[in-house]
Amino acid sequence: MIPSNIRQLGHQSILDRLWQPSIVLTALIFAIPVLTVAGFLFQPSADIWQHLLDTVLIDYIGNSFLLMVGVGLGTFSIGVSCAWLTSVCQFPGKQIFVWALLLPLAMPAYIIAYTYTGMFDFAGPVQTALREWTDWGYGDYFFPEIRSIGGAIAMFSFVLYPYVYLLARAAFLDQSVCVIEVSRTLGCNLWSAFYRVALPLARPAIVAGMSLALMETLADYGTVSYFGIGVFTTGIFRTWFGLGDSVAAAKLAAILLLFVFTLVLVERASRRKAQYHHATNRYQQLPQYQLTGLKAWLACTACLMPLLLGFVLPAVQLGSWALDTYVEMVDESFIRLTLHTVLLGFSASIMAVLLALFLAYGRRVIGSKSVIASIRIVATGYAIPGTVVAVGVIIPFAWLDNTIDGFMREQFDISTGLILSGSLFAVMFAYMVRFLAVSIQSVEAGLGKIKHSMDEASRSLGYKPGQILLKVHLPLMKGSVLTALLIVFVDVMKELPATLILRPFNFNTLAVRAFELASDERLADSSTAALMIVAAGLIPVILLSKSISVSRAGS
Amino acid sequence: MSRYYSSISAVLLLLTVSFNSIAEEVNVYSARKENLIKPLLDKFSAETGIKTNLITAGADKLLTRMANEGRNTPADLLITTDAGRLDRAKRADVLQKIESPVIDKLVPAHLRDVDGQWVGLSQRARVIFYAKDRVNADELSTYEDLADPKWKKRICIRGSSNIYNQSMVASMIAEKGETETLQWAKALVANLARKPKGGDRDQIKAAAAGQCDIAVANTYYFGTMLDNKKDAKQVEAAKKVAVFWPNQSDRGAHVNVSGVGVSKYSKNRENAIRLIEYMLSAESQSWYASVNYEYPVVADVPASELVAAWGEFKSDVLNLSRLGELNAQAVKIMDKAGWQ
Repeated sequence: MIPSNIRQLGHQSILDRLWQPSIVLTALIFAIPVLTVAGFLFQPSADIWQHLLDTVLIDYIGNSFLLMVGVGLGTFSIGVSCAWLTSVCQFPGKQIFVWALLLPLAMPAYIIAYTYTGMFDFAGPVQTALREWTDWGYGDYFFPEIRSIGGAIAMFSFVLYPYVYLLARAAFLDQSVCVIEVSRTLGCNLWSAFYRVALPLARPAIVAGMSLALMETLADYGTVSYFGIGVFTTGIFRTWFGLGDSVAAAKLAAILLLFVFTLVLVERASRRKAQYHHATNRYQQLPQYQLTGLKAWLACTACLMPLLLGFVLPAVQLGSWALDTYVEMVDESFIRLTLHTVLLGFSASIMAVLLALFLAYGRRVIGSKSVIASIRIVATGYAIPGTVVAVGVIIPFAWLDNTIDGFMREQFDISTGLILSGSLFAVMFAYMVRFLAVSIQSVEAGLGKIKHSMDEASRSLGYKPGQILLKVHLPLMKGSVLTALLIVFVDVMKELPATLILRPFNFNTLAVRAFELASDERLADSSTAALMIVAAGLIPVILLSKSISVSRAGS
Repeated sequence: MSRYYSSISAVLLLLTVSFNSIAEEVNVYSARKENLIKPLLDKFSAETGIKTNLITAGADKLLTRMANEGRNTPADLLITTDAGRLDRAKRADVLQKIESPVIDKLVPAHLRDVDGQWVGLSQRARVIFYAKDRVNADELSTYEDLADPKWKKRICIRGSSNIYNQSMVASMIAEKGETETLQWAKALVANLARKPKGGDRDQIKAAAAGQCDIAVANTYYFGTMLDNKKDAKQVEAAKKVAVFWPNQSDRGAHVNVSGVGVSKYSKNRENAIRLIEYMLSAESQSWYASVNYEYPVVADVPASELVAAWGEFKSDVLNLSRLGELNAQAVKIMDKAGWQ
């Protein structure tokens, strides 16, 4: 970090001086929904809070905690091992695994949950066949229960590990070959080179990936409610709507946020002041270790399992359902809603990346406490359930619209009606609140890899911050920017609750269609829309893998 | 010259027509899923020329949106899939009294709001399903009886976050009071064969597959299983269980409605009421109820053949407004009973 007094010496344009306040302002705007919900905290609460304390709160905390630990372990082990294998080893099928391992990213967690339940539940085809075959009855045999907390951990791990895989692999590929080779000359074998050098160096990326996975887990509603697991999200909805107490619900949401902040703080504390830069820019092709025999097969299996479980199996099941139903399901409106969804995803991802660049870059250049704090606040939106964000958007937007309308009526006797509420703008705003964290994480990870000495050199050669961004950083972090674009795109494709509540009349997306049918337990009918989400997500996912393999600095 | 005037008047006429076609519309906020409502709205538009606009989402969220949009809300109608939420809308002060003698005449009083702010469109019953090979219908009698120890480890029911269970418990509170209902809920939870999970259809499937002997579910889920043309397994499972109508010798089976209310700030009130009346016509009722295997609310409209085969039944005539009033109490009782 450049000491601030040195930075002051340079010529400061008006733009530079406006940067800090505009970052804080932007952050504040996107924090409005969270603050709105938090505002409920200060309203007087009925006896509901006490009731929650007495009855269900312990369960919510315990289950959420178990889920986080489980999903954390699951995504870490799958994501990091696959990333390492595909980065430095050669084994049969590796070329395919490199991109195919990202495919589960396109699978919404609630869809995979419905699909697995359909297949493996007690009344499903697998267990029924087993019973017919063996003449067993209920209770005569052991079969893992899909709709349990263990099942939920498995579902989330299967579809969320790509976040860890993606960021970890990008980090491994970006590592200077020197550090690995030096570690080998110092006596490390491949395993200890991984464990003692590559893994610690990739830590910021891995942590970023895991925190995305965990935040998505905490924000999920569809899967946990279908599995009947009482966690914070289910508790929030129940309290808000079933018990009709928004204050107690907001308190639950506040505890949820506390979880997230603790997560972030623990990581920061353990990292302390360490920064993760490579000392040299000498890059060359990473060494590739040819695995043979048993080792090759083990590596192959390790990569094949997550792909099979997270993608192939559910996709085949969805496909077989869709074969039966697509004739009824694909019509003109289906094509229109596919277009809607893709356009929405596309524009949201571009907006999210521009904002992330603005924020992350400002933080790099200015780095004052207020800027860092603002960005932290914006980045928590990802852990907040979509419904909570949506309500947090509805309230201030409607208030603003009605205030403007009231003013115009009074002054000019014209009604402006609702301007922002019920518009695509509101939907887009909610997406930013939810998904800015994703693009910021990714862009920051990219920026973090670029040494500050490079900034200093560029500045001393006369570049302004904006020029550094365009001419030095952007080419270097093309991969991270693309990653951000594509992850947000896929996330928006899957996003459900906020779209559902905020959308304008007659506006539908694939996720809405799929969820409406699936939640009505019409799995077969929902399969066409679900497959379309997956298919539309495939293209970006494949692009993504290409971008990583070409983004290595120096190559 | 006259041609000049006539072309001007033609343009003016066109303008007014198109202006009218913008004005002639009804905006619907619906918690009933798109595929169960849109065909009827399209038919209404085709027959009347009134355009219909639709958003579907959860009832509570639509209600939140409506309440916040206030007097500028575009919503004319709010459709929900249970009476409790309509009552919540009424108390949130977003509905108005529906002034229509036609509607009052067609729909029985207990399926309408006491103050006329909402009206039922279709009825669904929450009943007991039993595995025909393991349970004799004689063993069954009432909802209350589900608490009997003879059902230990034999009952399947979904979680307590579900509104249908909340409404059912609310109806029990209305009949028996809180203390007795809490005891009942505790005993019911002790009789469950497995932790509550999945939807209604899952409970029926579990009973068919032998995980439990009886299941509590809404009848229309059973209908969708029986009539499933794509999945023979579901039909097979459905055929292993039968409907039992509880409490036939006292208050009757618990029913709920999907229903509709007119927005307090509706800008197309006439059209909105016209749409409700249209939905209560014999033809619409027949479609609306049968598309989702429900019962019509209009007395002389018969249920579909498949639904009618489950037999006649006596339904609880508790005014459905009460379900909304008692909802929070019901949730608390379920929490206390450890009903997940």
